[in-house]
Amino acid sequence: MASLLHPSQTSNPYNLKPGEVSSGTTIMAVPFKGGVVLGADSRVSTGTYVANRASDKIAQLTENIFCCRSGSAADTQALTDYVKFYLQQWEVESGRPATVKVAAHLMRKICYQNKDNLSAGVIVAGWDPVSKGQVYNIPLGGTCIEMKCAIGGSGSTYIYGLTDALYKENMGKQETLDFVKKSISHAMARDGSSGGIIRTCVVTEDGVEREYIPGNKLPYGP
Amino acid sequence: MASSGSGYDLSPTTFSPDGRIFQVEYASKSVASSGTLIGLKCSDGIVLACEKLLANKMLVPGSNKRINTVSKTSGCAFTGFVSDGRQIVNRAREEASSYLDTYGIPVPPSVLADRLAHYVHYFTLHGALRPFGASMVLGCYEEDMDEASLYMVEPSGQVFKYFGCAAGKGRQGAKTEIEKLDLSTLTVAQGVKEAARIVTMLRDDGKDKPMELEISTVAAENNYVHKPCEKSVIAEAEKWAKEQIEEEEDMEEDED
Repeated sequence: MASLLHPSQTSNPYNLKPGEVSSGTTIMAVPFKGGVVLGADSRVSTGTYVANRASDKIAQLTENIFCCRSGSAADTQALTDYVKFYLQQWEVESGRPATVKVAAHLMRKICYQNKDNLSAGVIVAGWDPVSKGQVYNIPLGGTCIEMKCAIGGSGSTYIYGLTDALYKENMGKQETLDFVKKSISHAMARDGSSGGIIRTCVVTEDGVEREYIPGNKLPYGP
Repeated sequence: MASSGSGYDLSPTTFSPDGRIFQVEYASKSVASSGTLIGLKCSDGIVLACEKLLANKMLVPGSNKRINTVSKTSGCAFTGFVSDGRQIVNRAREEASSYLDTYGIPVPPSVLADRLAHYVHYFTLHGALRPFGASMVLGCYEEDMDEASLYMVEPSGQVFKYFGCAAGKGRQGAKTEIEKLDLSTLTVAQGVKEAARIVTMLRDDGKDKPMELEISTVAAENNYVHKPCEKSVIAEAEKWAKEQIEEEEDMEEDED
């Protein structure tokens, strides 16, 4: 019998098929004054088996727009490939870099139109010269919401309180980066399907900086 | 006409030996013989103005519009075959709304102009189609770039971006008049008057022929929303235009 619970409240939050690879996942993105910070854990699991312990859940859509993936690995990879392709076409037709808003809208459209067949929760974030750093959260149903701090994936449920408490307006780049690293560390500690290392990505006008924190150097605890 | 009877003017799919496509040229002829249409890119927006020749004195004023709204911040005016023009307007509206649906932002003017040009050009490629007998002037504003721009699409499918453009019967005279204006400092409010002056000035000698002046703007003072001008504004512009023209004529007489 079909569960009456909301998908996020069952033990199988993304309604994955047997054997399907999930990115279990904790993902996060926060804009700051000069750009945006994205972060993600690295665990990919099939049930209790860790299929990949150092995966990259931050996909690049254009030069300065990125996307954190959660849910089915196959679905989110296919989705980002489509959006990447449409954005390339958009850039050729318009003759300028795509905006984060357009990227998020395209992602939303595909997620919404195929909502019955997809298990994908993504966060689109990046920097563009028109609206600077922005973050759009696109959860399961295909809504698209611009946010000041977006979290997603199974691990995010453990850190709603933490992120609410730690978030401050007008944070600088380093402060935002530390906030993201700390939040994801705490999610990874509690969530069985999040773990491995933390990958982060900072997008500003000057370009992209990617780094990672090894699993034994996580900023967990007070 | 040199082309007629040669057999090279029967289809837009046939080039003449000297590399021309007569069917497209004939289509341009039908534009060249219809009401004058001008577009101005002013310092704070766009002005579109159109001379609508009335075939019948019993037509209701304001009917059979030649200036139409395509989307919130873009308008277009056409001259030539009215029904052909309306077909292009319809396409422009479809392109604008489908773009908004797909990308979540209003269509950039350059993209809209490009797509319309593709559409018009397509009709010059097939033996089963005929080219459009209308020229289309687009006045649009793009929020992302904070820029208002002016484009004209011709029956051949050519499109250019202009500071000022003209089509129809009085286009030559209109172009020389537009060149005399300082478009970098001219405001939309002044542009409306100048446009009225240019269109009125270039009317045929039979000035008692019934006509209606249509003017619209995409102006900063209206948040760049495309708006047809109020009847009172047009009437005032026309009055000012006639005074200016009379003054000029008086001066010329004095010189003689």
